[in-house]
Amino acid sequence: MRFLLRRAAFFVLTLWACVTLNFLLPRLMPGNPAIALLAKFHGRLSPVALKAIEIAFGVNTKQNLAAQYIGYLHDLVTGNLGTSLTFFPTPVSVVIRGAILYTLGLVGVTTILAFILGTLIGIVGAWRRGGWLDSILPPVFVITSAIPYFWVGMLLILVFGIQLHWFPYDFAYDPSLSPSLSPSFIGNVIEHSILPAVAILITSIGGWILTMRNTMITTLAEDYVKMARAKGLSGRRIMLDYAARNAILPNLSGFAMSVGFIVSGAVLVEFVFNYNGLGYLLVQALDAEDYPLMQALFLLITVAVLVAILLADIVTAILDPRTRSAG
Amino acid sequence: MAILTGAALGEPAPGVAQPGGQAHAGQAIARIWRAIRSNKKAFAGAVLLAIFTFLAIFPWAIARDNPQAEIYGRSLGPSAAHWLGTTSYGQDLFAQAVWGTRETLIIAVVSGALSTFLSVIMGLAAGYLGGTWDAVLNFITDVLLVVPTFPLLIIIVAYLPGIGVPGLIAVLVVTGYSYGARQLRAQTLSIRSRDYLEAARVRGERSIYVIMVEIIPSMTSLIVATFLGTAVYNVLAAAGLQFLGLGNPDSVSWGTMLYWAQNNEALQTDQYMWALIPGALIGLLGAAFALLNYAFDEISNPALARVPITRTRHLNPVMRRLSANRAD
Amino acid sequence: MRTGQTEQLDVGLAGRKTGPVLEVRDLSVCYQTKRGTVRAVEDVSFDLASGEFLGIVGESGCGKSTLLFAIAQLLSPPAVLDGGSVTFQGTDLVNLTEDQLASIRWKKLSVVMQSAMNALNPVKTIGAQFTDAMRAHGVRSKEEITQRSVEVLRMVGIDPVHLNSYAHQLSGGMRQRSMIAMALLFTPDLVIMDEPTSALDVVAQRSLMIQIKELQQQLGFAIIFVTHDMSLVSHFSDRLMVMYAGQVAELGSTRSVFDSPRHPYSVGLLDAFPSIRGPKVPLTGIPGSPPDLARPPEGCRFAPRCPQVQDRCKEAPVRLYHVEDVLVRCIRVGNGVGPGD
Repeated sequence: MRFLLRRAAFFVLTLWACVTLNFLLPRLMPGNPAIALLAKFHGRLSPVALKAIEIAFGVNTKQNLAAQYIGYLHDLVTGNLGTSLTFFPTPVSVVIRGAILYTLGLVGVTTILAFILGTLIGIVGAWRRGGWLDSILPPVFVITSAIPYFWVGMLLILVFGIQLHWFPYDFAYDPSLSPSLSPSFIGNVIEHSILPAVAILITSIGGWILTMRNTMITTLAEDYVKMARAKGLSGRRIMLDYAARNAILPNLSGFAMSVGFIVSGAVLVEFVFNYNGLGYLLVQALDAEDYPLMQALFLLITVAVLVAILLADIVTAILDPRTRSAG
Repeated sequence: MAILTGAALGEPAPGVAQPGGQAHAGQAIARIWRAIRSNKKAFAGAVLLAIFTFLAIFPWAIARDNPQAEIYGRSLGPSAAHWLGTTSYGQDLFAQAVWGTRETLIIAVVSGALSTFLSVIMGLAAGYLGGTWDAVLNFITDVLLVVPTFPLLIIIVAYLPGIGVPGLIAVLVVTGYSYGARQLRAQTLSIRSRDYLEAARVRGERSIYVIMVEIIPSMTSLIVATFLGTAVYNVLAAAGLQFLGLGNPDSVSWGTMLYWAQNNEALQTDQYMWALIPGALIGLLGAAFALLNYAFDEISNPALARVPITRTRHLNPVMRRLSANRAD
Repeated sequence: MRTGQTEQLDVGLAGRKTGPVLEVRDLSVCYQTKRGTVRAVEDVSFDLASGEFLGIVGESGCGKSTLLFAIAQLLSPPAVLDGGSVTFQGTDLVNLTEDQLASIRWKKLSVVMQSAMNALNPVKTIGAQFTDAMRAHGVRSKEEITQRSVEVLRMVGIDPVHLNSYAHQLSGGMRQRSMIAMALLFTPDLVIMDEPTSALDVVAQRSLMIQIKELQQQLGFAIIFVTHDMSLVSHFSDRLMVMYAGQVAELGSTRSVFDSPRHPYSVGLLDAFPSIRGPKVPLTGIPGSPPDLARPPEGCRFAPRCPQVQDRCKEAPVRLYHVEDVLVRCIRVGNGVGPGD
């Protein structure tokens, strides 16, 4: 239990650090970028909106840094993430709400799928050393894991979208439809998410396969695996119960580590496919210099990563009795 | 990353210190070079890297045209005059691809090296000094590790418009050193209490000496692996940023090529080469580093060495077991 | 399991089963390394009678652990069985497939490894690992499994509550004893032990050895016991084998080998152990180090370090000589010249 408490403490501490980082970044940049922003939007936004930006970014305020910080924290806790400049006057929280489900669906599902599939293939590949799986897979996947996400996406668009017309490749759903929970809309969403999902799957699965395979191979050399053989246990039981259950532990922490990396890939994939999820929103905000939206998205993504890590820690605690006792 | 485990009978892994003496960095590098030549994957990666390095240093030897000159016909397909065709601005694509190698490679190597350097300092300091130093440095590293780097990169670069290559490298280094630092710290912690370090301490050697002469040489393989891994990541991250338009769009690199291709809807307008070639090159460079890294894992962890496929179905069990067990 | 218990009584009362339980002939193991083939075990032959306690001693790297794993068919790459036969109760194990071996494993032949911390699965409870072994051999009823698990733990003096403990929650001595308990689940005919006491302190070592000997006398299984501690095992073994550089250097009854060692290496080994009683003698070690097994010496493998080496020792590989009731791999001894001359 001490282990989980420690991880929870780390979660809170890191969350605080990221929130503070988010607060400090624009204020630390040479020439507060908000100043340029204000100049750009001067005359295009109401004085109220301009004032809001000033307060949010600490320009021309009479308050000192500490007071601004408290105000910032207060805003966060009450869910006031500011007003989006791109989608003025929609508040940022509403803009995000519209996009978050698509990203969760696409990235979340594909990541978990890639992890599970990759892990299983890695296990089998390591178990059957010298088989065709083990000889072909590693070099192939070493190469695929170095290919940029967006390139795979572009290739898929070219082949399956433009040439073969099998799948749509633009947006999360047909722009002429309006979002609803109807089966036809959901079907449309799924259709639009196939190509981006495949792109993410192809590029990210390689990493899982390789790391799982490598940890499996090291685990297979352990004494307790030899013991399992000596006891006459069936191959499958040794592979799963003795080798895989131990080999997956370092992989779980690796999973936590790489969620950040996966998120980056997702941003690019969404960009390539014009898939209106959070990543796409981030790029739009980037182009329009919509700082409030950018900040909020960054914070959201960070929180998501932290939650994923905490979940991975919980799963580790469940699977590894040593963490439970040692604490 | 390299897993440093016990080696096969009598075969110390290159770069790993043996009890009672350390492997000198020079010896380790010589052994690494010999291993690269014998391992097919490492050799392929090294060859690719060599080709790219050549292109980066001597682009004019291969591509005559000025990559930015907008003097040719627009959006031409591949031909004898233009091996890869031209952009919609009339620039020769082949020239762009070749000249673009330089910037991309510089970003990869320089940011990789600096990042590894920072990793070594942060990781070793935390692991060796321990106590509050360790707690503070480790916390910083852990936070940076957890924060999703790409969005962070986007935010930072967005706040600094027109950031050039040096700025890009600086940002990549600061956000990317954490993974290596964590690994190096873990390794430092595990060898910190080994006897030969105690002996050095008892002899009265200063900490700096112990770190430089005893610890670092014993971690050469991990350091090299960190460099290779970071280089791959930085190539992809830099390309990604440029693709989004965050780099300097007027520079010549593979990432900016992609940016312009996307801006001009190259895919939809049948300009495949423009869209696909830079991405393929990025992938190849990344693959070169990744192959070297993977082969490096195999070299330093003999248990991972490739076991060749043999057609053994027809052999009796004894022979089958014998052939299956034969390592590379 | 009840039938098992009756069997034990039968064996104990009616006497040992006849015929050797194990016949090893010319067993060789080699490793493929980049430097060439390392011959870790070379032409080892011996018989083991039912219920016999054989101790195998030698320094680190002499091949004794490799020999054990070769006998139990547990070698892993890059080690390879390079010839010879291992006949266990009439069947040659070398030619069997994994499936065929499974029915023998643990029921007739079990293994106790050196470090229980490494040999026990860290993510499963002790009880779960006992259950694994029993289920793999057809014992299905939960009742039977629990009953037998409790029984074997009691045999080694561990409170059965620890069936629900994990390996890291037990002390070193308890871990080792639970490994032995596990090895006795099916009261096998042969238990192979690879330095089971090396990780323990002196007191725990002795008490574990006594316990092992008691169990052996109670249940009647044969033991092959590998260790580097010759004096420890000599108190309990029936026969002693001294290994050097992958070969058998000396093999005979414990009394013969321990009281009057003939091979210069065995002499050196014994001299290296100080005796508590008796006159003070200078401690001698054996200078030099074992040969590189990728390029073993032409003649006798011990020649480079032997205090009585002669020219003829280096000419050709030395065979085993029969001297009284002992086998010795030494030309001088074999030709009637004592080791001290």
